[in-house]
Amino acid sequence: MIDQLPVICVLSPLFGALFVALFGSRSHSACFPIAIVSLVISLICAIGCTQQVFTTGQAMDYFVGGWGAGKVVEGVEIPLGFGIQLRVDHLNALVLCIIGIAVLLVSIFAIRPQGEKDTEKTHYFYSLFLMLACGLFGQTITRDAFNLFVLVEVSSLASYGLIAMGSSPRGTVAAFNYIIMGTVGASFYLLGVGYLYLKTGTLNMDGIRQVIELSPDVADSRSVMVAFILIMLGMWIKMAFFPLYGWLPNAYSYCPSSAGAVLAPLMTKVSVYVMIRMMITVFGLEWVFESFDWSALIVWLAVIAIFAGSVFALAQNELKKMLCYLIVAEVGYMVGGAWLADADRWGLTGAIYHILADALMTLCLFLAVATFAKRAGVIKLDDLDGLFKKMPLTMVGFIVGALAMIGVPPTCGFFSKFYLIRGGIESGRWEFVIALLVSSLVNAILFFRIFEIAYFGSSPPEGHGHHDDEEHGETTARRGLEAPLTSLVPLWITAALIIGLGLMNGQVVEFIRKTVGLLGGGAA
Amino acid sequence: MVDFIEIFVERVVHFIENVVQPHFNYWSYVVLMMIGLWGLIAKRNLIKKLIGLSIFQTAIILFYVSLGVKADATIPVFDYEAEKSKSAAVVLPAEPSEMGGKSDGKYKKIDPDHYANPLPHVLMLTAIVVGVATLGVALAVAQSIFKDFGTLEEHEILEKIKTGDYVKHD
Repeated sequence: MIDQLPVICVLSPLFGALFVALFGSRSHSACFPIAIVSLVISLICAIGCTQQVFTTGQAMDYFVGGWGAGKVVEGVEIPLGFGIQLRVDHLNALVLCIIGIAVLLVSIFAIRPQGEKDTEKTHYFYSLFLMLACGLFGQTITRDAFNLFVLVEVSSLASYGLIAMGSSPRGTVAAFNYIIMGTVGASFYLLGVGYLYLKTGTLNMDGIRQVIELSPDVADSRSVMVAFILIMLGMWIKMAFFPLYGWLPNAYSYCPSSAGAVLAPLMTKVSVYVMIRMMITVFGLEWVFESFDWSALIVWLAVIAIFAGSVFALAQNELKKMLCYLIVAEVGYMVGGAWLADADRWGLTGAIYHILADALMTLCLFLAVATFAKRAGVIKLDDLDGLFKKMPLTMVGFIVGALAMIGVPPTCGFFSKFYLIRGGIESGRWEFVIALLVSSLVNAILFFRIFEIAYFGSSPPEGHGHHDDEEHGETTARRGLEAPLTSLVPLWITAALIIGLGLMNGQVVEFIRKTVGLLGGGAA
Repeated sequence: MVDFIEIFVERVVHFIENVVQPHFNYWSYVVLMMIGLWGLIAKRNLIKKLIGLSIFQTAIILFYVSLGVKADATIPVFDYEAEKSKSAAVVLPAEPSEMGGKSDGKYKKIDPDHYANPLPHVLMLTAIVVGVATLGVALAVAQSIFKDFGTLEEHEILEKIKTGDYVKHD
């Protein structure tokens, strides 16, 4: 049973999507239980895999259809790369857990309160949502380069649908632009895989790396270099790396709030994971940094991404758009960190840790902002006026997310920045260190401005502003604004995880560094 | 002037013969891909953009399909008769061990050069399905844009977003 966990993790949301589409059209009340059950199964599988990897110290393998390497069929031994391999190792175990947690929390968050309209779309929403989860789990877990393309497209297609589902026509236009950009990105990736297959004759990631490591002809060939550039370009489009970020802000700010809350934390982060997976497993860090040393250029691009994201975020007066530009800056952190060529791979470690941290931080902020929009109609920064008094419980979650984004110590945002800066110092890339510090300052300005508006506000809320209001809860209008538990609980769990991940950073980083040490050739 | 034209033509012919012809499949896919990319970037009509996108994807499919092709190779389905008639001189009677101990003596040793590589073609079946799904979603979104904005021209849509002149569903 334990051996089957990796595949169940991917299949459970897939079947869930099917059942939701089948039964959900008859009774909308069936959608939510099916979605929750399938996502809980996935999360349990992800945690089970992580537990297994943690206790044994070995990666978990699963071969689809039993076409495993070394299996003997009719006297012939099957070589690696015959079947599709799923593998959970130190790099993706925690990413799987984060995806599982995020999709589960957002699916709880997405429950509509009784008596709200627009329910004829409920089963479509859950169906797409589960397909998205399936694609995200799949692209994290797979070891087959082509299978990865298919799963990237599964999650992207679901996200196009989710973005276009919103009631805002601007969201539809943004979804169209995203379709064009996303498909071009995926096509570049596909083309890159074609070149790799042409040169190495296999689609298995480990198989490709073995050929590149063993044969200098292949490693030095222009085809492999072109393949690498195409794959990186494709992934940069998907993750909205600086010059290619144009589709992101509109797509994530005009989509339905619950869709935005799952897309913003996960889609870009999983693309960053795929990029790191390509660097570590497919090409090998040695090849990436020695045969193909573009580290200087790409770290500079990341620096520009961080500055540009921060400056654009400062210029926004819409809350969601501001967060979207912060994502652009955060993607710069991760790409830059992954490309810092320090010998001990602290930059890469920081980038992987930041995938986890940023997924949680963005999830927290987007959940809070979605709640503000739902309950209080907040779109612009000025609408936050006096919201501390009206929605204190939601605001607590928002503050934790904001402090993590700034990088205040007990939260995970501090530790990821710490490792990234350490990588920057050890590799002598001071421009990256400066960019990180400036970006933290900008985040501080952004969020403290919000705190100021929300706490002090220009016009004080009606009623008397005594601090014991919350205990009595006398004003019904004030109570009416506070979000229901289905919104608050996911938000608080996320906030708790942000602090938990920060406190556990030693163990998590040790776990992550096993991959970097195992496969990267750097110090363990 | 005439000399210049002659040299130019000679150079072009030389280029085609030595650079384009040996890698004709790559050249054709790159040219197609650039046509698709141009359509994506330069065209203002959303449907024309989608046509560009389709051409772009098809070019990549063409590239993959050309990877699996070999000269004088046939479809990758093992056919005893075809194997026998093709090159009797090369194909030897199979030893049981070569067929994994399962041979009844009837099969010959399989020469992989006679068969096209099926894997890229199979991959492209999946990629075509993905492409169709993307196109379907994109067309549905385009239709919904048309309903809200009454146009499919990009600059008109942007203009209407600025002026707020579109159907709002709230």
